[in-house]
Amino acid sequence: MLDIVNISVVFHPSTPNEKHALNSVSLHLDEGDFVTVIGGNGAGKSTLLNTVAGTVRATEGKIAIDGSDVTRKPDFKRAGDVSRVFQDPMKGTAGDMNIEENLALAMSRGKRRTLRWNVTSKEAQQFKEMLSELHLGLEDRLNCKVGLLSGGQRQALTLLMATMNKPKLLLLDEHTAALDPKTADKVLKMTEDITSRNNQTTLMVTHNMRDALRYGNRLIMMNDGKIIFHASGEEKKKLTVQDLLNKFTSIGQENDRILLA
Amino acid sequence: MISLIANIFTGFVNSLPTTLMEGFVWGILAMGVYISYRILDVPDMTVDGSLALGGIVSAMLTVKGWNVFLTIPIAVIAGALAGIVTALLHTKLKIPAILSGILTMFALYSINMRILGNRSSQSLVGLPSIKDTLAQLLNIPFIYTNLIFSFLIMAGLVALLYWFFGTQLGSSIRATGCNPDMARAQGINTDNMKIAGLALSNGIAALAGCLFTQLQGSADVNMASGTIVIGLASVVIGEIIFNNKLSFWIKLSGAVAGATIYRTIIVIALLLGMPTSDLKLVTAVLVALALSLPLIKKHTSPRKKGGQENA
Ligand SMILES: Nc1ncnc2c1ncn2[C@@H]1O[C@H](COP(=O)(O)OP(=O)(O)OP(=O)(O)O)[C@@H](O)[C@H]1O
Ligand SMILES: [Mg+2]
Repeated sequence: MLDIVNISVVFHPSTPNEKHALNSVSLHLDEGDFVTVIGGNGAGKSTLLNTVAGTVRATEGKIAIDGSDVTRKPDFKRAGDVSRVFQDPMKGTAGDMNIEENLALAMSRGKRRTLRWNVTSKEAQQFKEMLSELHLGLEDRLNCKVGLLSGGQRQALTLLMATMNKPKLLLLDEHTAALDPKTADKVLKMTEDITSRNNQTTLMVTHNMRDALRYGNRLIMMNDGKIIFHASGEEKKKLTVQDLLNKFTSIGQENDRILLA
Repeated sequence: MISLIANIFTGFVNSLPTTLMEGFVWGILAMGVYISYRILDVPDMTVDGSLALGGIVSAMLTVKGWNVFLTIPIAVIAGALAGIVTALLHTKLKIPAILSGILTMFALYSINMRILGNRSSQSLVGLPSIKDTLAQLLNIPFIYTNLIFSFLIMAGLVALLYWFFGTQLGSSIRATGCNPDMARAQGINTDNMKIAGLALSNGIAALAGCLFTQLQGSADVNMASGTIVIGLASVVIGEIIFNNKLSFWIKLSGAVAGATIYRTIIVIALLLGMPTSDLKLVTAVLVALALSLPLIKKHTSPRKKGGQENA
């Protein structure tokens, strides 16, 4: 499904600010794999996801989706295959446009945009049904500007937009980190429902060890631009938060954010 | 004193058809500025050049003996091309948007002079301009045919833009201006949307220039200097009146209403004896005030009751 082969990313090469954000990272995902990604600040998690999405160009290496090489494809051309939910709830939706317009934009993700009306009444009905399944009370507010919604509502809407046309690959980069714990749980629950119902291939970055263990069938730990630990299936199920903390300590990574998680 | 007021009043009433006509044409320009400034979030200075370009292209084609109504689409295409140049400078060569617009505007001065044949203006007196053609056709004074014609074009444009920005393509342009990250994540080519949006915006500015030329009977290389400021004035006056929370076609009409009100204020100020050369200062102060109004409101009004509308 997804093949990341020896990907390296260098920011500001040959300057005093040169930064090797990814060092020859390889990762293979099968259809339906749900991989949680953990690691300290600056480990390269976001860079990995951005490289897959196409917002960051790989300096070296190759990325293939379903066997076709996308390494040189710009982000908006990959959007038909790859959809994403950002950490910042403001980033995933157009705040000046209303709910149904946002959903309609997502409905034709990766397709040609024509002079056809953006939201037909049939689609509005369809959106209403999708929204009522979220139980956020948004189904009666299709004409409400997204900018007026709460962060949690916006993030739930972004998740719906990212998954309504099943993408080949879903990228979640700390998509609940900006939400309060209760809302974060709700959005995570929603994530689990959707991904398991759709057998959705997913990469999810999180700083929360328990979430990283609870969700998904595989886990990778990153440090200094490399994948330093990988667990899947039964091995992942047996892992505990303590195991992960021990791994972090063994590489000298004990930053507060990890310990608090 | 009373006779002075009466004089001003009659002056105002007499010039009303012309004031309204100018308001509608500036309103057309304001819709173009609305697209770049509000929808795309790009302060585009190209309009100064593209408005004059539209007027000059239309005038020279009329001189060459073209059908005057056919000069309208050609002027629009010329303006759109100017917009595309600015958009390419910005998206492909990564020059900041405001500077890209200034560069194109600057270059357009030379191009406009060339089209005019190295003169600074072209009169249409004695030529079949739209003004004269329509007045003869309907056999009524040109101030009324001008008024009707400019109103119809303005209203048609409001309808056309309302439709366009409701389509998938138009919505993609709106999303690009509102949140480019989101737009790209939905597979929208944001560069192409900026190109399309600026082409549209400058095509509309050229349409306004073409109408000025055809309805007033001359084109001038300096006819459009400071256009962007007048466009902005119209947009922000419209937003203040319509309070900015209504549907899209009302926002567009708001820009037209803003332009008409702006023209009316200027006509009254001139009738009251303000020197023409003070126009730009007054306009700039007006725009600065209008743009800072949200901030002024925040500081002066007691805190409003919390909560969101529609919540
Ligand atoms: N656009 C950029 N330009 C320069 N350096 C960058 C850029 N993006 C990331 N980096 C650097 O690359 C390294 C990896 O960053 P990345 O954002 O991938 O980390 P992360 O694992 O997502 O961290 P966090 O947990 O803080 O989100 C960091 O040192 C960061 O400063
Ligand atoms: Mg990150």
